[in-house]
Amino acid sequence: MIPNEPKTLEPEITPELIARHGLKPDEYERILALIGRTPTFTELGIFSAMWNEHCSYKSSKVHLKTLPVTGACVIQGPGENAGVVDIGDGLAAVFKMESHNHPSYIEPYQGATTGVGGILRDVFTMGARPIACMNSLSFGTPAHPKTRRLIAGVVAGVGGYGNSFGVPTVGGSVRFHKSYDGNNLVNAFALGLAETDKIFYAAASGVGMPIVYLGSKTGRDGMGGATMASAEFDEEAEAKRPTVQVGDPFAEKLLLEACLEIMAKGCVVAIQDMGAAGLTCSAVEMGAKGDLGVTLDLDKVPCRETGMTAYEMMLSESQERMLMVLEPSKREEAEAIFRKWGLDFAVVGETNPSKRFVVKRHGEVMADLPIKELGDEAPCYDRPHVPTAKPAVLHAADIEPPSSLARALETLIGTPDLCSKRWVWEQYDHVILGNTLQRPGGDAAVVRVNDGPKALAMTTDVTPRYCEADPFEGGKQAVAEAWRNLTAVGARPLAITDNLNFGNPEKPEIMGQLVDCIRGIGEACRALDFPVVSGNVSLYNETNGKGIQPTPTIGGVGLLDDFSRSATIGFKAENEVLLVLGEAGQGWLGQSLYLRDLCGREEGAPPPVDLAAERRTGNLVRTLIRERQVTAVHDVSDGGLLVTIAEMAIASGIGAHLDGSAAHGMPAHAFWFGEDQGRYVVTARADVAVAVETRARAAGVAVAHLGTTGGHTLTLPGEHAVQVATLQARHEQWLPAYMAGAAS
Amino acid sequence: MCTAATEVRWRTKFGLRARPPHTRQRAMKSAVLVFPGINRERDMARALRLCAGSEPAMVWHTETSLPDGTDLVVLPGGFSYGDYLRCGAIAARAPIMDAVRAFAANGGLVLGICNGFQILCESGLLPGVLMRNAGLKFICKDAYIRVERADTPFTSGYTTGQVIRVPVAHGEGNYMADSETIARLEGERRILFRYTAPDGALSPEWNMNGSIYAIAGILNERGNVLGMMPHPENHVEPEIGLTDGRGLFAGLGHWLDGAH
Repeated sequence: MIPNEPKTLEPEITPELIARHGLKPDEYERILALIGRTPTFTELGIFSAMWNEHCSYKSSKVHLKTLPVTGACVIQGPGENAGVVDIGDGLAAVFKMESHNHPSYIEPYQGATTGVGGILRDVFTMGARPIACMNSLSFGTPAHPKTRRLIAGVVAGVGGYGNSFGVPTVGGSVRFHKSYDGNNLVNAFALGLAETDKIFYAAASGVGMPIVYLGSKTGRDGMGGATMASAEFDEEAEAKRPTVQVGDPFAEKLLLEACLEIMAKGCVVAIQDMGAAGLTCSAVEMGAKGDLGVTLDLDKVPCRETGMTAYEMMLSESQERMLMVLEPSKREEAEAIFRKWGLDFAVVGETNPSKRFVVKRHGEVMADLPIKELGDEAPCYDRPHVPTAKPAVLHAADIEPPSSLARALETLIGTPDLCSKRWVWEQYDHVILGNTLQRPGGDAAVVRVNDGPKALAMTTDVTPRYCEADPFEGGKQAVAEAWRNLTAVGARPLAITDNLNFGNPEKPEIMGQLVDCIRGIGEACRALDFPVVSGNVSLYNETNGKGIQPTPTIGGVGLLDDFSRSATIGFKAENEVLLVLGEAGQGWLGQSLYLRDLCGREEGAPPPVDLAAERRTGNLVRTLIRERQVTAVHDVSDGGLLVTIAEMAIASGIGAHLDGSAAHGMPAHAFWFGEDQGRYVVTARADVAVAVETRARAAGVAVAHLGTTGGHTLTLPGEHAVQVATLQARHEQWLPAYMAGAAS
Repeated sequence: MCTAATEVRWRTKFGLRARPPHTRQRAMKSAVLVFPGINRERDMARALRLCAGSEPAMVWHTETSLPDGTDLVVLPGGFSYGDYLRCGAIAARAPIMDAVRAFAANGGLVLGICNGFQILCESGLLPGVLMRNAGLKFICKDAYIRVERADTPFTSGYTTGQVIRVPVAHGEGNYMADSETIARLEGERRILFRYTAPDGALSPEWNMNGSIYAIAGILNERGNVLGMMPHPENHVEPEIGLTDGRGLFAGLGHWLDGAH
């Protein structure tokens, strides 16, 4: 208890001060009820750090609970620094995805670097060595005056951190839409490898155990970052730059090596990285999870600048820091390792039996709070929500056909969303560690596990325009597409991490999007045995009252038992048979890229996902890959069949003769550009194709002929032949030209 | 492959150490230097293990001597000291570098790749500097580099004029030196690798970082120190796609064995 006001001068608690901390009046009442007195300024800061949306999940918690989080491969589900899945041979894949949206808009380079740094720390805190990174980036329209600068800064930042840290960035996605004009999204994914019996957790154990501060020094950067990220933006957003942290990948690389070394030596009882809300969040989590109190003596915390107050130290989000409970007998050994790596190592506190969180500075108690309640008693809201009105299903007959299918393809393949993102991923070191089996540009990245033969496949997916039109179907589709992309390289999908980016949850229609997307994600995860093992929620992605398209990014991870039995998208040879596996559907043009980017219409219901068919088709495709029956595989997604085939041609330089016989009377533009779900285009040698078709029919999977590979053009009946070289050029052209300053 | 005759010329001209006969039965002994922030040391160790048949010693930057019997010192890629101050500048002043300078002065083989090349330039073991890439962006992609001569310890696994495909991954690989130095490098045939088109033709389009004379790798005067920007260590396994990097490591092992 704090008997009197601390002698150190702290500001008086006023309603304005409370509001500035992002705490609502009823939330402040809750604090008063909990501690039975007025909090000190430092305590108010601690509550604001623990109870903001970013750290407490107060708006999403009740809905996140509905997601499936268990499965045969799951070692650790949500709630720890990262999810952990068993991949056999005593090894585990440890992964998570997290957003760094608000900071990346305010200061793109540092916002992106610290996003990558944070997610890497989440992974190696668990004892895993990171082996791959990915990212999902959403930007405003190319014509918006800020977009070019934001892309340049974010991409340089993602690369700047990962390249220096020494982890390959093997894939990701980039999209553009006007809804991100004032609020771009940076979702960073990292995956590491650990031994299943050497996973480290945050829960402290043992009373009187030393708590050690590791890594870089504490400064005044990133103060209140998590609180900033829990509010909407307005024109003054740039003024929030001091809340953005500054990344130091060099320090993080040293921290990785030092942490893995002390873990291997048995020095670590519990460990937690200092991410959002820094010292506050990490100390409270360690204590609360271990049913223990924590006492911190801030005078022992290594600081970068002098005169920092308790309040500032508790809210700093300086990067590359960790907190651990040390095995007392190993103190000298652990300290020597940290000194060798030139990092700070300081005993800053100990566990206590009282379940109190006590913070001291200059001998005074600046905070004394019940540790469990700080987390457990955080507000939890079942906010009012209204479902999105179901849009009408559009019929192909009501959508204008192009004057030429070939010309439509030539245009689509060079649009911002469909064009090659080479300009982006060539700035990321994607070959370091020497295990990258499939580089960016395919359906999923594939990274070898140690010396093989196992490999992990990973992908990030979401189709925000589907989610906006129908959040439930969109949520389903995001999961199904991740599952499909893993399947398309031959991997067995294991689990996902979800990164839910939405607008202001206090608006019932936005809350409705969140609720239904989560419902859709849950439904697909259950149907596909694809549990959620980690995730992150980013709300208040709004500027001047306008929300982003709902963007529940799914990071999927799959396992290949033998990477020599995998598939890539490029055609392999001439005279092979092109088949499409999966229900033909009705030629679904509602919410398609054809409709949006060629007709200028963002309308209609998105294509529905039949999860039973999805599973049936995917299982067949995986078997065909494993048995080497198919030579190239690509899932059908944005842009439909013709874009899928064009991408396979572009990847190989081999053309194809296509016939439209499988359309069965469907309008040609609906057949070739419809985005019906659950489909894959595969190629097979002519002498094997019949067997593939037989297998498909036996498995109850629809199969149809599309044509034959060969030549240097794509030919459609009645259309001019499209040179593959022309498609390649158009595919590669737009992004570098735009970034060089060409008109959008 | 280089002939016995050219190899003898190299050994005489540059006074390189051939391995003492009694050690030739063992595998090449290499030392990989580890500076804080280096990140391709594991890639390098794997390449040496796979191509030269031996596990290297990992040598910490604060050491003051190299392991006994070291045949080859490797400075791997990465971001030593975060590339803060100037790429390679801080690592060049690490305690172990005095031992490396003595080793090189004695004719020992030194290979610096990417950040290692930058460190060698900063430490005075190689001339010139590596500036920011002409396009001011980090570049990771496969490069085609032409082997300018095969009669060196580092290229005995290739043929002169051979074009090999190996990745680059750097932000500061734009080689530059004063005109006198460049003229000497040219005249003394110390430019060992150049960026070219896949057919071996020089063209600005394929010189992706803007290096003068498309320089991708150079030798010191004596021919026993090589610095290069591309990463042969990442192309040594067929399952990763290409094996063009193998020749460098296998060639070194072979050359050290004096088995020609």
